[in-house]
Amino acid sequence: MNMKTALMGAVAGLAFAPMAYADGHEGERGRDGELKIIYWQAPSILNPYLSGGTKDLESASMVVEPLARYNDTGALVPYLAAEIPTVSNGGVSEDLTSITWKLKEGLLWSDGTAVTSADVAFTAQYCMDPEGGCAQASKFDGVQSVEAIDDLTVKVTFDSPKPNPYGPFAGAQSPIIQAAQFANCLGAKAPECTDANFGPIGTGPFVVTDFRTNDVIQMAANENFRVAGQPAFATVTFKGGGDATAAGRAVMETGEFDYAWNMQLAPDVLAAMADGGVGTPISAFGTLVERLEMNLTNPSSDLPEGERGTVAHPHPFLSEFDVRHALSMAIDRELLVEVGYGQAGRPTCNLVPGPEIYASTDNTGCLTQDIEGAKALLEGAGWVDSNGDGVREKDGVELRILYQTSTNAVRQDFQALIKEWWGEIGVETELRNLDASVFFGGDPGSPDTFQKFYADVEMYANNFDGTDPQAYLAAYRCGGEPKPSSQWQGENINRFCDPAYDALIDELGATADIGKRGDLMREMNNMLTRDTMTIVPLVDRGRVSAKANTLGGVVLNTWDSELWNVADWYRIGE
Amino acid sequence: MTDDTLEMTEKPRSQWLDVWDQFRTHKGAVLGLGFLISITLFCTVGPLIWDVDAGKLNIRNKNIRPIYMALFDSGAKVSWGNPMGSDNLGRDIMANIMQGGRISLAVGWTAMILALLIGTTVGVLSGYFKRLDGLLMRFTDLVLALPLLPLLLVMMLLFRDPLRSTFGPEQGIFILIVTGIGITSWMQTARIVRGDVMALKEREFVLAARSIGTPARRMITRHLLPNVMSPIMVSATLGLATAIITESALSFLGLGFPSDFPTWGKILFDSVDRMTSFPERVIWPGLAISLTVLSVNYIGDGLRDALDPRIRGL
Repeated sequence: MNMKTALMGAVAGLAFAPMAYADGHEGERGRDGELKIIYWQAPSILNPYLSGGTKDLESASMVVEPLARYNDTGALVPYLAAEIPTVSNGGVSEDLTSITWKLKEGLLWSDGTAVTSADVAFTAQYCMDPEGGCAQASKFDGVQSVEAIDDLTVKVTFDSPKPNPYGPFAGAQSPIIQAAQFANCLGAKAPECTDANFGPIGTGPFVVTDFRTNDVIQMAANENFRVAGQPAFATVTFKGGGDATAAGRAVMETGEFDYAWNMQLAPDVLAAMADGGVGTPISAFGTLVERLEMNLTNPSSDLPEGERGTVAHPHPFLSEFDVRHALSMAIDRELLVEVGYGQAGRPTCNLVPGPEIYASTDNTGCLTQDIEGAKALLEGAGWVDSNGDGVREKDGVELRILYQTSTNAVRQDFQALIKEWWGEIGVETELRNLDASVFFGGDPGSPDTFQKFYADVEMYANNFDGTDPQAYLAAYRCGGEPKPSSQWQGENINRFCDPAYDALIDELGATADIGKRGDLMREMNNMLTRDTMTIVPLVDRGRVSAKANTLGGVVLNTWDSELWNVADWYRIGE
Repeated sequence: MTDDTLEMTEKPRSQWLDVWDQFRTHKGAVLGLGFLISITLFCTVGPLIWDVDAGKLNIRNKNIRPIYMALFDSGAKVSWGNPMGSDNLGRDIMANIMQGGRISLAVGWTAMILALLIGTTVGVLSGYFKRLDGLLMRFTDLVLALPLLPLLLVMMLLFRDPLRSTFGPEQGIFILIVTGIGITSWMQTARIVRGDVMALKEREFVLAARSIGTPARRMITRHLLPNVMSPIMVSATLGLATAIITESALSFLGLGFPSDFPTWGKILFDSVDRMTSFPERVIWPGLAISLTVLSVNYIGDGLRDALDPRIRGL
């Protein structure tokens, strides 16, 4: 009784100094009443193995949990597991072919039964069933067997060495489901288990009390949740549907909801909503980078089809480092962010802007615009405007650039700004914008795809899936470029080729140590950006969500579910 | 007697003077003509007086409201340097509307004239020469069934690079778009003209002309064309309107001019996102498009009345 009074006192104390207590907020479970979340895409199922949709994964993440999650810096933190297995603690075998997870002791499902390694092994069996059509099957790629060693230990064996063995059972895409509940739902019967798919029994902070497909989910606090005093909210109303604008208004202007996901709105529109004063937009950054790609091959239409844009013909001037460097120096990335993305973007010089363990920190040279420096650089390299037409030339080659991108208001604004800056350093730019479905369509018959790259410079955004950029960086191998013999498919868009880089790719494939991998990836990132200016990154594009001012504990995470730490959320006292 | 002679020979009026007199009685047409002349002057002579580069960015002067906003809202950000305001990158809207109008009007007129030439030729030929009728009309049906958008996509694919290297990026696209619109909008004109020519062919004056041995060429130019002038005029006005609107739609889809090359339609589409905060950015180009189209329609109406001898009362 005394203890309870003391706790109540602590809660009351928060009312006077909410900020000071923000991180140390504690109390009994369910003390803060109702939490209202709005996703403008409505969840249609709560079984992540039967849906790839973000809305389904994230709503399910409140109910079912994986062994480990990625936190807001992209590092793994144990959830159901006692610790993260690594080579150094013996959890990952020396030859990188197996990983052994240990569960926390005393874990309970929301129905009160114990969580065992059999549930983990069953989850793998469920997703790897050849008749099941599991949406997350890629997470289990290369898994040979998953066996329960004892009640709390489970061993995953791969058919080949895996430098990154955290595919199965880590992150929102691969949570543990209860064997008892899904036992009769294997293979082709998976979609028929409606009750289980709409109300999975989980270990997460909340349990489903009512699920209405494509509309609303009612949840209540899980009485068997492993952390005492969490979650702070007794019930959750998870509303789906509408559009980003309406969801933003509901949180930031009218205060009907506490949290809204994915505010894809123009910066000025978002700012106008935030003026409502009830909520604030929050942002976090993933790996999506808007960049300029420099074409190292000659896209001139004078070349015959089949040779145009291939490594047989180097670019007349972009193959020169000084020109690429000057083009990058002329750009004011701060201004681009301000015009195009506001809070949802930040200037970057990196191809791999995150997670922190892999991101290069010393590559910041491009962040300041230097028009005079760019002019001097071109001057020094022999590019001068000798005929007085405002365009620099050398040996009869003029610096005239065709700059293409997809049709999109923000991208056209960027084009206009960059054209102006390049004009100042004596480079003439012709702009072209192409319909996005054609540009990204990959049709080998169309001259307008980004892979064919029949232009000098092109702009788009790209990212990598998950937290490990190995495959993303390995794409820039010699010979990996789109070319006629590969039906113009390939990811080495710039036609970059450097044997030293290829050696790094091979080394990365054989390295398991996280620190060493980080060093290699940073070196590769710097090689593609700072050292060669093959790729000129512009803006690191983030994700924006909105939360009510009274909602505390929210940490936006782009590596896992946005609701990854919903157990820590609480109400800030009025 | 001398008085009588004078009265009879006093006014040797030309036909065009009569047409003008009749035209003047149509108030809408006169207003329309006035507007068309002033908007054309605004777009052609305007940039000589308002000497601001339409593409010049001035990011510090972005989002300036038009000058009249100062009347309703004393706190509005206005500047005499940008009487109609500036856009989100600080480009002057008045200069953009002038520059855009040049392109839109040029595309409209050229495409309309092209469509009219093709349509009239096909219509007259198939109406006058029975042997050509089936062939030409089936060809018309064929072109009618062609969807404009995929056709332009294919044209872009095939001709963009050669045209660009021959005429430069802007001229090349201009030719491409004008041709594209021109060759996909002549069919209605052709059908109307054919119908009228077929009806006229059976009239007595044509029979009379034929009986004195008038050759086909003279027949068409002297007797048929002047009589089908009014439907041609009407379809010309409609054609101009469609051409301006089609060009806007194409620019929006990224099939038209480069993004730094303003046209009325493109200014309009670029501004839709911020319509609620900056309504003037859609109102001005929108008004320019609709008023131009409306005025051309009125002129067409007035011209038809003026050119028709029966209405002119002679």
